[in-house]
Amino acid sequence: MSDGMVIVCRCNDVTAEEIEELIDSGVTDIEEIKRLLRVGMGPCQGRTCMPIVISILARKTGRKPEDIPLPRARVPVRPVRAGVLAGGDDE
Amino acid sequence: MSKVAIIGGGIVGVATAYELAKLGEDVVLFEKSYFGSGSTFRCATGIRAQFTDEANIRLMKYSIERWEKLEEELGFDINFRQTGYLFLATSEEEVEAFKANIKLQNRFGVPTRLIDMDEAKEIVLILNTEPFLAGAWNPKDGKANPFKTLFAYLFRAKEMGVDAREQVEVVGLEREGDEITAVKFRSRGKVERVKVDAVLNATNAWAPVINEMAGLKRDIVPIKACKHQLVKTEPLERGQAEPLVCPPSWNDAYIIQDGEDGGIICGAGIEHEAKSLDDVEPTYDFLRGVLRYALMIAPPLRYAHVIRQWAGFYAKTPDSNPAIGKLLENFYIAAGFSGHGFMMAPAVARAIAELIAKGRSKVPLDWDWYDPYRFERGELRTSAFQIG
Repeated sequence: MSDGMVIVCRCNDVTAEEIEELIDSGVTDIEEIKRLLRVGMGPCQGRTCMPIVISILARKTGRKPEDIPLPRARVPVRPVRAGVLAGGDDE
Repeated sequence: MSKVAIIGGGIVGVATAYELAKLGEDVVLFEKSYFGSGSTFRCATGIRAQFTDEANIRLMKYSIERWEKLEEELGFDINFRQTGYLFLATSEEEVEAFKANIKLQNRFGVPTRLIDMDEAKEIVLILNTEPFLAGAWNPKDGKANPFKTLFAYLFRAKEMGVDAREQVEVVGLEREGDEITAVKFRSRGKVERVKVDAVLNATNAWAPVINEMAGLKRDIVPIKACKHQLVKTEPLERGQAEPLVCPPSWNDAYIIQDGEDGGIICGAGIEHEAKSLDDVEPTYDFLRGVLRYALMIAPPLRYAHVIRQWAGFYAKTPDSNPAIGKLLENFYIAAGFSGHGFMMAPAVARAIAELIAKGRSKVPLDWDWYDPYRFERGELRTSAFQIG
């Protein structure tokens, strides 16, 4: 399916092939895959990529997708300007 | 060849596994969650030799020399970059203190120097120079990617035969006299045991739990899990704030541009005692507080979007220096790094591996300074210079 050009994480330009390669090298923990490839660590917080990463991981390891826990979503839920969060900036 | 068990799959445990395997030891490593899940994968990525005492300066000078060669040695891109640390003074007294620290650092070959704010502005484009009088600048300090560094060590360690197990929790240690003879661990719900010749406790914030399993007093090395947090902005163009920039008098607040994606990581000494060893919940007071400092250091950051906030532990000892050495005849500890584990790991791993395998080490690590029994004896060191 993947020729190295299927982008799974659009925030950090991670392809399906890179994810499959990493899993093949023995890294099968979703938390480790996330950090090594930076999937889900961009502004969208993994909304786009995480379900796809989990389905690839499930397929390659023979696990059920529901048995793979989603990495913790970080605050803020959506990107917010630092000036607004620090106070004194209502823009 | 002896069998060494390492408990804790953070950077210190994994790097020590690698060093021990290089020395020909048979190593088994236990990590109760995923690799790096304790403090390593939550750190701010910084590496510095700008400490204020001889032991930490010398150890970190050696560690940075190891960092410089690590990528080649491990054959893996770990994104180590010497982008420097810039400390900023807000008063004349602080400038004098900086000068004294610089003199000490220079004495041990660390090339820190005092710079004026014009030069500081050239180094950190988005810096607000107005509140500051001078800076202490070491261009040899830097940063690296903690995820890649840990896995670089891990991949090489596994190639050399290290049996590294994650999601495997150590549940007990068997002791005869002054020696640990076996490690009991839970793997997929089943308790098993392995006979060992030596054990290293590299569990940082969790170290008291393991020490108690060894039949020692839980607080023989008093380590407290202190929750520290970080906030990160969206990726910015490279070169805006590559060094770690910190005015220590502003509650140790700092900014540093992430070496991977260029987002700005913001930290500060807004500390919370962890409610438990699972308490890595971020807090709103930190988010607001750290950004106020960050915006004073670099006002243009007000327009950058914050995309992540997370928490981890400083595993703190009473003097903020780690405990490194022997607790029993064959039971060793390297823990309580108080926020400095990642930067110190290449040096400490080699030192403790040599101690375990050969009984002595060539690494310039002051064993007396880091003696794990110093707390029991009531001999605290001067506090290691700690930020964030």
